[in-house]
Amino acid sequence: MTTKLFGTKVARVEDQRFLRGQGRYVDDLLTDDPRLLHAAVLRSPHAHARITDIDVSDVLDVEGVLAVWTYDDLVDAMAEPLPLLIPHPTLTHGRTQYALAKDEVNYVGEAIAFVVAVDRYVAEDAVSRIRVDYDYLEPVVGIAAARAADRLVHDDVPGNIGARMEQETGDARAAIADAPHTLTLELDIERSACTPMEGRGTVARWDPDTSRLTVWSSTQTSTGVRGCVAAKLGLDLAKVDVITPDVGGGFGVKINHPWPEELLVPLAAMTLGRPVKFTEDRREHFISSAHERAQVHHVEVGFDDDGRLLGLNVEFWHDHGAYTPYGLIVPIITSTQLLGPYKPLNYRVVFESLYTNTVIVTPYRGAGRPQGCFVMERTMDAIAAYLGKDRTEVRGTNFIQPDEFPYEHGLVFQDGRELTYDSGDYPASLEKLKALVGWDEFEQFRAEMAAQGRRVGIGLACYVEGTGVGPYEGAHVHIETSGKVKVATGLTSQGQGHQTAFAQIVADTLGVRFEDVEITTGDTRKMPYAVGTFASRAAVMSGSAIHLASLRAREKALRIAAEALEASEEDLEINDGVVSVRGTDASIDLGTVAVLSNPLRYAFDEASKAATQFSVGDPGKPPVAEDDEPGLEGKDFYSPERSTFANGMHAVIVETDPDTAEITILKYAVVHDCGHLINPMIVEGQIHGGVAQGVGGALYERMVYDEAGQLLNASFMDFLMPYVTEVPTTIDIDHLETPSPLNPLGIKGAGEAGVIPSAAVFAAAIEDAEGFPITAMPISPSELFALRLEHADHTTEAATITGI
Amino acid sequence: MKPAPFAYLRPTTLEEALTALAGEPGAKVLAGGQSLVPLLSMRLAAPSMLIDINALPDLGHVTCDEAGVRIGALARHAEVLASVEAAASQPLIARALSHVAHPTIRNRGTTVGSLVHADAAAEMPMVLRLLEGSVDVASVRGRRTIPAAELFAGPLESTLAHDEVAVEAFFPALPAGGGIGFEEIARRHGDYALVGVAAVVTIADGDVVGARVGFVSVSDVPVVVDVTDHLDDPAAAALAELDPAEDIHASADYRAHLVKVLTPRVLADAIHHARTRKQA
Ligand SMILES: Cc1cc2nc3c(=O)[nH]c(=O)nc-3n(C[C@H](O)[C@H](O)[C@H](O)COP(=O)(O)OP(=O)(O)OC[C@H]3O[C@@H](n4cnc5c(N)ncnc54)[C@H](O)[C@@H]3O)c2cc1C
Repeated sequence: MTTKLFGTKVARVEDQRFLRGQGRYVDDLLTDDPRLLHAAVLRSPHAHARITDIDVSDVLDVEGVLAVWTYDDLVDAMAEPLPLLIPHPTLTHGRTQYALAKDEVNYVGEAIAFVVAVDRYVAEDAVSRIRVDYDYLEPVVGIAAARAADRLVHDDVPGNIGARMEQETGDARAAIADAPHTLTLELDIERSACTPMEGRGTVARWDPDTSRLTVWSSTQTSTGVRGCVAAKLGLDLAKVDVITPDVGGGFGVKINHPWPEELLVPLAAMTLGRPVKFTEDRREHFISSAHERAQVHHVEVGFDDDGRLLGLNVEFWHDHGAYTPYGLIVPIITSTQLLGPYKPLNYRVVFESLYTNTVIVTPYRGAGRPQGCFVMERTMDAIAAYLGKDRTEVRGTNFIQPDEFPYEHGLVFQDGRELTYDSGDYPASLEKLKALVGWDEFEQFRAEMAAQGRRVGIGLACYVEGTGVGPYEGAHVHIETSGKVKVATGLTSQGQGHQTAFAQIVADTLGVRFEDVEITTGDTRKMPYAVGTFASRAAVMSGSAIHLASLRAREKALRIAAEALEASEEDLEINDGVVSVRGTDASIDLGTVAVLSNPLRYAFDEASKAATQFSVGDPGKPPVAEDDEPGLEGKDFYSPERSTFANGMHAVIVETDPDTAEITILKYAVVHDCGHLINPMIVEGQIHGGVAQGVGGALYERMVYDEAGQLLNASFMDFLMPYVTEVPTTIDIDHLETPSPLNPLGIKGAGEAGVIPSAAVFAAAIEDAEGFPITAMPISPSELFALRLEHADHTTEAATITGI
Repeated sequence: MKPAPFAYLRPTTLEEALTALAGEPGAKVLAGGQSLVPLLSMRLAAPSMLIDINALPDLGHVTCDEAGVRIGALARHAEVLASVEAAASQPLIARALSHVAHPTIRNRGTTVGSLVHADAAAEMPMVLRLLEGSVDVASVRGRRTIPAAELFAGPLESTLAHDEVAVEAFFPALPAGGGIGFEEIARRHGDYALVGVAAVVTIADGDVVGARVGFVSVSDVPVVVDVTDHLDDPAAAALAELDPAEDIHASADYRAHLVKVLTPRVLADAIHHARTRKQA
């Protein structure tokens, strides 16, 4: 394979369109169709209540209202709870909501009624006229209340415990008991959320003449939505097309499916015989999509004089909200990926996944890893502080070494496969990071700043990320007679630059011009077999599948070209879409090869004349050989044995204002290893975005629920997503490329990496600046100020609290 | 997030606007819409009619004379901020305005609208109060001038009668010997302040003979404290009159702490400004 574009900073072909406002998102679709109807949803204003009556009689009087649905109007599969997408043996008490609440509501924002009207204004007017009688129940808000279980979210789930899962290698508790040193830590991470620029949205159109349903949804899995819509509405799969247009960010929240509206919109379109659109607004997104991150951790660790982890015992409590549609993916990832690049000799982890009367939890970029990384890295820092060692030294002592790969942890990962790392070079990454951030020069810098009355701190955090999880992705490559290459892969795009990165792979593998390649994603008409875009899997899964499918197309092109050129396949090469016999000027365009690949009866243009019955082929043989197909195409699927593990390390230097407790980022450094880079610019863009999102998660964003289960900051005025002014102006990035042996391109995923170590790295740096432990994130200046007061009161006490 | 139904009127004369306002008790004036439109969209306000004043003539001015700066009801924050004459006459206006929201919002939001919206977390109401400016209002009943000390009735509540439209604000010039300071702490650049502090001082013969400090986000209405006699501990004097509250972004203690940090700092800046300023 010629590696012309692979590995180079090809400018994203998507950007012109996006930056000029020419992206087409769900809300842009069918806007000039006068028959289009709009939906609005009545959502529960209460966190926990029984519904005693719903009165919609005032609604139908509103001019412009066409229909209203409540639970009582749903039949058959629609009247059943939404699917529990990822069952797990330990999820003994999984519960999912109904498309429209049946008898009770379990969080503020749960859908109760669905109104369809001529426009969204009228639909919202109508929603405000629905009267619901409730019997209020006391809500369960937060992990402490869930654990206390004085009240239950679901009557039939004792202790509010959806699942309890334990994994162990060796005997961690015994190892800790025997260890020369031990520490105990309590570590908290609060709720946050993906908050993509575009919320959820669905449009559906039913064609009564052909009995076909077309659904456009802002989703991370069009095949997933298709399966659910067909099953819930009782349609043959072949009658349902799901298309994902441009998506304004997903970050995980759109992998959950079907959302109630993803079913109700098609239902309404079929019932009313008119296209229907639902566009989620910002407040709805906060209260009725998904959150993540809230976990409380109890850590016991035993270690030797070098800081080597002899035993690590982690117990944690995961707040999964009111229902469990996405199973246990998040806490399973925490429980396995908190190990990062380290190899504790004995490890035990146990978690409880708990119900609360709050918005559901599904993976948010990083998906449980930020919490795991926080736990492990805080533990590393605590050990270093206890032993008086450099924090990088303690980490180095515990690293899995380059010659230990593949490294088996003896645990089961989120995909049900063994947790086995494929490759990495952690000591080399750490050396790069130290150089990049100036780790060894920091004490001098600290002294210089202190002389000016300024307070600074440095922190680092390391992570390993299982990427490219299965089961599979596929690709279809079609070379048209124009020589243009049309490629379809089924997973969706949310702005990652798939068009560019995938086209780079095709251009190189096939030997065509980058400009001639067009990639389609997320359209079930083009590729009905697909899984979705999550878990940093698109490059690994679809990238590999596209590579394999391109190889097949190339193979066929060479076969046909060899015949036409009367040359041997081994002597052929393909460059810029032209097949030529190496060292001669005999050549044939791929477009012509495509013509030859498809024996025709009818000539429709000059090119096709060459392929008609009387022009080509051996009259003694069938025009299409028995084991062949017409057309110049390649199709293949990639299904790896297990995930590939990328890794990275971040360091940050912060300044904390001695007076105002404001936290300022002075330097942010990233060393990143995702194997071979398809497009370094795209990978760096992913890192930049991840770091920005991580800054948000560490220093600004949180979900503030009050005791009644009301989300107090359900807007961008009070949910403090950082502006460009809050994120570092520069992020220093260095790459290491340790290829994965698991896929043909040697690549690993890069999508989530940037956000994983944020809580850990900021906590470390703030702790370093302030001199007292930071055990809960996010942290605001107000909270830092409170901690300063607390530690000023207890300076002497605090100095003595170290071991247990 | 769509507003409840309302009637919409876009008058082209002030008289027309005032008549309509007087005739419709449920009506609201729409200026830049940067505060009102979000309230409508979240259905926190549901006026029966919006009277859009953006087509009224002669209200977009920012003019300066010896007395000070006059700002018309349709002058956008950005236009006021860009006025070199206004900054020369009363530098506190531009200092504070640069902390009001973001450029896109300043391009649309009006300074007068911000004053009558009367948010104690907003910068300009406090600045008007500190400088002892005023707002001119008109109604079918005639015109009157409301001094800043009488403009703010409570949280998000001004003393304008329902039928009154604010037509102009007046910010007095900084006199010779005067100096100003301003600083605020916000969670993000351009956010409403957790605490904001402005100071105006007067120096005579090298001595501070007048020192007043105004505060943002630590009371229900803009509060100004005269600290001329408390220059040794101005924050303590101020805190005696303030009521910092807790919200989801900051504890009451932290707000009080910021008052303590910022007040002496801003006063010192204002004194420095007075001492170093080129006197006209
Ligand atoms: C994201 C964001 C951030 C912001 N940050 C800040 C900030 O940091 N600091 C700050 O001070 N402000 C901030 N604002 C508010 C902004 O400054 C508003 O523009 C301003 O408060 C109101 O001016 P307006 O012209 O937009 O008024 P409108 O929204 O049109 O009206 C506001 C209210 O005043 C009334 N009103 C307006 N003009 C008149 C008039 N001439 N006569 C009678 N009544 C009138 C209206 O009826 C309404 O009740 C922010 C706004 C946004 C959207």
